[in-house]
Amino acid sequence: MDFPEDRKYAQTHEWAKAEGDVVRVGLTSFALEQLGDIIYLDLPEEGTAVEQGVPFGEIESVKAVGELISPVTGEITEVNEAMMDDLDALADDPWEAGWLLVIAPADLSQLDGLMDAAAYAEHCEKEA
Amino acid sequence: MAQPTLFDKSQPGKRCTQMPSAAMAAEEFLPADQLRAEAPRLPELSEPEIARHYARLAGQNFNVDANFYPLGSCTMKYNPKVHEEIAGAAGFSRLHPSAPDECAQGALRLMRELETWLAQILGMDAVSLQPPAGAAGEFTSLRVFRAWHDSRGDTKRTRVIVPDTAHGTNPASVARCGWDVTVLKSGEDGRVAPEALADALGDDVAALMLTNPSTLGLFETRVLEVNAMVHEAGGLVYCDGANMNALLGHARPGDMGFDAVHVNLHKTFSTPHGGGGPGAGPIGVVAKLEPFLPSPRIVERGGALAWDWDRPESIGKVQAWFGNFLVAVRAWAYIQANGGEGLRQVARDAVLAANYIRASLQETWDLPYPGVCMHECVLSAKTLKNATGIRAADVAKRLLDYGIHPPTMYFPLIVEEALMIEPTETESKAAMDYFIEMMQEIAQDAAGRPDLLHEAPHETPVRRVDEVAAARKPILRWREE
Repeated sequence: MDFPEDRKYAQTHEWAKAEGDVVRVGLTSFALEQLGDIIYLDLPEEGTAVEQGVPFGEIESVKAVGELISPVTGEITEVNEAMMDDLDALADDPWEAGWLLVIAPADLSQLDGLMDAAAYAEHCEKEA
Repeated sequence: MAQPTLFDKSQPGKRCTQMPSAAMAAEEFLPADQLRAEAPRLPELSEPEIARHYARLAGQNFNVDANFYPLGSCTMKYNPKVHEEIAGAAGFSRLHPSAPDECAQGALRLMRELETWLAQILGMDAVSLQPPAGAAGEFTSLRVFRAWHDSRGDTKRTRVIVPDTAHGTNPASVARCGWDVTVLKSGEDGRVAPEALADALGDDVAALMLTNPSTLGLFETRVLEVNAMVHEAGGLVYCDGANMNALLGHARPGDMGFDAVHVNLHKTFSTPHGGGGPGAGPIGVVAKLEPFLPSPRIVERGGALAWDWDRPESIGKVQAWFGNFLVAVRAWAYIQANGGEGLRQVARDAVLAANYIRASLQETWDLPYPGVCMHECVLSAKTLKNATGIRAADVAKRLLDYGIHPPTMYFPLIVEEALMIEPTETESKAAMDYFIEMMQEIAQDAAGRPDLLHEAPHETPVRRVDEVAAARKPILRWREE
């Protein structure tokens, strides 16, 4: 399994990519494969405070409902509204067009505690 | 094949019943603002046309009277027809729910007896028949727990621990009760690990919800230790009794240390279900929780039975009237017909049937949690999927072509590509052998003829439906085009 090396990964399968002062957040291709076809996504609004390790939203597939867990603490500055209208984008392009949120983190160094691409690949091997 | 609706078949002027013409026109005796401007748009058909319409649709229904229905965790056992006759007796079916107690002594006695029998079967001190479904039983039990904690001034408890194998209704009931869920990861063997539980417990924990046997079809072998730990931490323990079919007459939640349990009359006690009910989810509780049970309660007064509404500590009513009474009648009849030894045999046969299927299929399919199971076995199509691309959903759809209802899929969530199979005690060996044979054939076809499975079902009135489109853009009612 190969994952982009320009970002960090949470055990709960969210990716977090530092872009200057902010962090872009999405779900990994591995998570989306496991979930199957996505039918519903519930994301909070801009301005909502999020906390590392705490759910900020829900994702529902034909198989299951899962929680989306924030990889960092901070405040949401952007939500991918365009993707909400076309959920196929999430599975088709999880690394770019299928991003979920942008967060202004309270402490950018929280990303250091997350996994890199290699460690995440190993984590997925174990779960697969 | 698209089925025409009654509206499609409608022809102006057709009627079921020809009413005699009225002596007066409606305009002559109704105020103008009460008159419709135009006639209601109802379909117009003759009675035989309507009867045939519904009879044809009913014939396409997939049901336990016609087909093997191994839907895991749902206990789709055959429901004896004599129950319908008993429940249809005029004394039960035409009794008005607000009839005075003295006119309803027979019904009250039946409910009282059912409460007593369920209390014996569950090992509990008191039973309420009021919750109308399993999830309602969960919710009612949690409200009773909450009332008990509150009565002791212990209001800091806001968390409920729920294992990751639990029915989805468990966390939903917790949320409805205004509490927070802490998910407990199962141990390597699929059971609750006391070590993990110890970390999750605290003085803010109101309860643990535990399903025994679990949704993996496994008996929680450390249940005594687990329940003692929760009590030690000041919490209560709730038993999700949805899988009680495995335990009837052999083990009792009360003896395992549970404080409350619900049981599904529509599963374990053989009342019809599917299609939305009605069901019944009576709860049993230990003596200290009895004052908090839903009101009213049946009591004996001056040699007769009566409803007692004067219950100051009760959580109140959770259902209109007294629960789904006619479901209780069927369960009463089932217990009466089987007796104690009969119920014990139900559990033996249910467990034997599930193990027969497990043992027959575990070479071909993955069995993630090996060993003897209880009333159901959870297989996985993971190896098959990796090798052939055929998923649990494809297997389920193909089974429909063989006249078999699919097992529960993709649940419990901790098993990938799960197929959860519960044959129940009412299936013959021949019916199970047919299922086993078809499962073997599907495994072979997955390698040899995968398109057959991808495109299944082929033989049903409606072919594979687009679940994604149905969920994203549901059409919830008929509209005139």
